[in-house]
Amino acid sequence: MNSSLLVGTAKGLVEFNPVGNEIDVTAVHFTGLPVSMVYVDERSGTWWVGLSHRHWGEKLHYSIDKGKNWQEVNVPKYTGYEYRKGVPATLKKIWVISHAGPDRPNGLWLGTEPGGLFFSSDNGKHFHLNESLWNHPSRQDDNQWFGTGNDYPFIHSILVDPRNSNHVYVGVSCAGVFETLDGGENWVSKNNGLVASYLPKASAEIGHDPHQIVQCRSRPDVIWQQNHCGIFRTTNGGGHWEDVSGQNGFPKYGFALAIDQENPNVAWVIPAKSDESRIPVDLKLSVCKTSDNGKSWREMNTGLPDHCSFDLVLRHAFVKQNELLAFGSNNGNLYLSKNNAENWIILSQNLAAINCLAFA
Amino acid sequence: MAKVILTSALKRFFPTLSELTVPVSTISDVLIALEEKYPGISGYLVEDDGRLRQHVNIFVKGELIKDRNKLTDRLTDQDEVLIFQALSGG
Repeated sequence: MNSSLLVGTAKGLVEFNPVGNEIDVTAVHFTGLPVSMVYVDERSGTWWVGLSHRHWGEKLHYSIDKGKNWQEVNVPKYTGYEYRKGVPATLKKIWVISHAGPDRPNGLWLGTEPGGLFFSSDNGKHFHLNESLWNHPSRQDDNQWFGTGNDYPFIHSILVDPRNSNHVYVGVSCAGVFETLDGGENWVSKNNGLVASYLPKASAEIGHDPHQIVQCRSRPDVIWQQNHCGIFRTTNGGGHWEDVSGQNGFPKYGFALAIDQENPNVAWVIPAKSDESRIPVDLKLSVCKTSDNGKSWREMNTGLPDHCSFDLVLRHAFVKQNELLAFGSNNGNLYLSKNNAENWIILSQNLAAINCLAFA
Repeated sequence: MAKVILTSALKRFFPTLSELTVPVSTISDVLIALEEKYPGISGYLVEDDGRLRQHVNIFVKGELIKDRNKLTDRLTDQDEVLIFQALSGG
């Protein structure tokens, strides 16, 4: 492993690096504080960290020197905006941050709860709410944008088309997938083919729960989605989603999703039992891989515990870089594969709950 | 003048934090004075709409302030204002 692995936990950001022949902890940042988001801007190498203080609210920090020094920036504010008529909006959580494309070197997108998408044109010094999405008629409708596990809807995925930075997707739980072709001036829903089995009309245009969406860099019209109601894949940029869940419902439910950035047919998921329990299926921690567009899945569990596991892997806690795969669980267990999940090694079983990972 | 004392937990984020005295006014004005001296600190204490954060408490003369939404509680000379994190987590 030539990279650093940044592990955002409920009690700090833990940095793993190669140490001799081992991979070990080399630094802990924000010790004792809940890290809810970690992101490495591939353009500049800047590390971004979101903190969710119980007392002090959401905070945003960055480092331009690989964690030696950290700077805090003002978080986006909803001042003057209403969540619903007469209900002031306030920032509940920073879920995701993304660079805005190589042609906008200081541009950043930031997705939040209660459903606001923010943009910064000055590398995070100031953030402005994207009013077009905020004012989308569906966002103001309780039947279309709503909270599920959380009290409010939240934007957890931001995909910037590598061919055109004006072309952006966001994933919203719950609402669905939205697309802009003009840099955020206009947004349309892209949920055809998705299933929302918890709604009276499962094929509703809006009201879906994409737990995570990931775009294939070499084939940007291929997007994978781990949804509340299955695993979906589109080959035409969200024009239609196909259910590629496993036969007999395994894999189907889960949060974590990683894909091959070169081969659009390859993806990995970490299944969980349904939303009532959110534990591994049959208490067996499992990583499932498809190499044929989701037509078939096989388990890749060598090195993982084969029984009595209660580990849940959340949407931002499964990452891939080249042949490296890493995931962390709500029980503080951290696993790494150096060979595309052929086998796994334990990096730690003593961390706090793991919320998010990033290779740096 | 009123004396303002902040929880030491905030020193982690504002290392130069110390007691300060402010002109007698309202709690809202106290936060403005704090923000001037410690830029960014108001974001730790209040929500986007100006309400006191749920897990932050402000005491004046040993009593919780009444108005957590607009922070209009008035101070009198020699008052002591305590800004603490709420007890939580056991």
